[in-house]
Amino acid sequence: MSDWVEACAAGDIDEEDVMRFDHGGRTFAIYRSPDDDYFATDGLCTHEKVHLADGLVMDDIIECPKHNGRFNYKTGAARGAPVCVNLATYPVKVEAGKVLIQIG
Amino acid sequence: MEATLSAPPSRRDYSLIGRDAKLAVETGLSAAEWYHTDIPRKQMKELMQRSDGPAIRDTAIWLAALILSAAGGAWFWGTWWCVPFFFVYGVLYGSSTDSRWHECGHGTAFRTQWMNDAVYQIACFMIMRNPVTWRWSHTRHHTDTIIVGRDPEISVMRPPDLLRVALAFIGVIDAWKAMSDMLRNAAGNISAVEKTFIPEQEQPRAIRIARIWTAIYAVTIALALYFSSWLPLMLVGLPRLYGAWHHVMVGLLQHGGLAENVIDHRLNSRTVYMNPISRFIYWNMNYHVEHHMFPMVPYHALPKLHALIKHDLPAPTPSILAGYREMIPAFLRQLRNEDYFLKRELPPTARPYREEFHNDAIAAAAE
Repeated sequence: MSDWVEACAAGDIDEEDVMRFDHGGRTFAIYRSPDDDYFATDGLCTHEKVHLADGLVMDDIIECPKHNGRFNYKTGAARGAPVCVNLATYPVKVEAGKVLIQIG
Repeated sequence: MEATLSAPPSRRDYSLIGRDAKLAVETGLSAAEWYHTDIPRKQMKELMQRSDGPAIRDTAIWLAALILSAAGGAWFWGTWWCVPFFFVYGVLYGSSTDSRWHECGHGTAFRTQWMNDAVYQIACFMIMRNPVTWRWSHTRHHTDTIIVGRDPEISVMRPPDLLRVALAFIGVIDAWKAMSDMLRNAAGNISAVEKTFIPEQEQPRAIRIARIWTAIYAVTIALALYFSSWLPLMLVGLPRLYGAWHHVMVGLLQHGGLAENVIDHRLNSRTVYMNPISRFIYWNMNYHVEHHMFPMVPYHALPKLHALIKHDLPAPTPSILAGYREMIPAFLRQLRNEDYFLKRELPPTARPYREEFHNDAIAAAAE
C-alpha cells in the first residue's frame, strides 16, 4: 500500500533547487521548480550511486554532481550522457506548508 | 614532501581488463566515495551556475584566432613568414581543443546545451578523440581517477616511459593511435577495452563518427595529392602533431608523479598557477584539484572555487616550471622504484587525509 510521507516544509527548498530526503532505508530527491511546483525522484543517479541532491537544478533538469548526467526531474527521463536509465518519480503534494511524497 | 612505499616494487597492470582492474572492483577502490571539501549549498549553487557569456566570448576569440592564423599561414605558405602563423594555429588546433573538448564534454562551458555539443564535436575532431569513446572514457576517469586498471586516461604509467612522454609533445604516438583507432572503429570494430566503458547502445555512434572522420581525412589527403602541396594537411590533421606541445606540457602536470590508488583528489591531482595565455588555452584546467573535486563548476568559476577551498588543499604549484622541477625528478626516481610518488603536504587548516583509506599509499610512505 502506498503512503504519503512528510518530507520537509515547503520553504525548506529554495526555488529551482533540490533537497535530499531519507526514509525507510531509501533516499529521495525533492525538487522545487522555478514555477514553484514540487517534484520527487529517487535520490541516487542511475549511472553511479551519487546523491542528486548535490547537483544543479536548471529549469526542469537535474544534473548529477559527479559526471554531469542529466534527467528531467518532472518525468524522470534520462536527458544526457552518461545517464541512460530513467529515474523513478513519485507523486508529490503540498498540504499545510508541508511537502508530502507518495512512496510506493 | 617526498615519499616512497616500503613494500617491494610490484608490476602494475594498467589494462582495463586485467588483474588490477578486477582487484580495484573487488576491494571497493573502484566507484568509491571520494573526499570533498565542505562548501555550503548556497555557495556551491552560485559556483555551479551556468552562463553562456564567458564561453561565447572565449569561443569567438578562439575561432577568430584560428581563422586568422590559418589564413596567414596559407597566405605566406612557401615563405618563412608562415611559421609564426602556423605556430599559433597549431597550438589553437592541437592544444586548446584538449580543454574545449573536455569542458564541453562535461556540459559546463555553456548553459545552452547545443553550444556545448557543437564545440565538443569540433574540438574532438581536432584533438583526434572520438567524441563517443572519449565521453565515456572521461566519465570513467572521474569515477576512478588514477586507479590502476580502471582509469583509461592515465598519461604516465609507472615505471614511466620517458621516450613516450617526450614523443607526446609532438603528438606522434597519440596521433598514430588515434588514426589506428579511427580506422578500426570505421571498420565496425569496437575493442574489448572500449566495450568496458562504452555502453552497447552508444557503440554504433562511435563507428558512425569514425567513418565521417575517415572521409574528411581522405578528402584532405586527396586535396594534398591533387595540388601536390602539404598545405591541406598543415591545416587539417598535422596541427595535432606540431601544435600538441602546449596541451601535453600542461596536461602532464594534472596528475604526473602523484599518488595512485587513492580516493582523495588532493593526493593525486595538482593545481598549478599559470600565465593568462596558458589559462586561456587551457580553460582554467590548471585548477585541477578543484575540477576533480567539483566537476559541476564551470571553467570560468574555478578561480573563485580555488579561493574558497584553498585552505583545505595542498599549496598550489607556483608555476609550470616549478611543476616540472618536482615532476621530472619524480619520474626519474620511479624508473628505479615504481612505487615512489610525491605526497602533497596539506596546510594546517586542512582536514587531514583519511589514513584508513590510503594505508598502502600514505602510511607506508615514511621515507
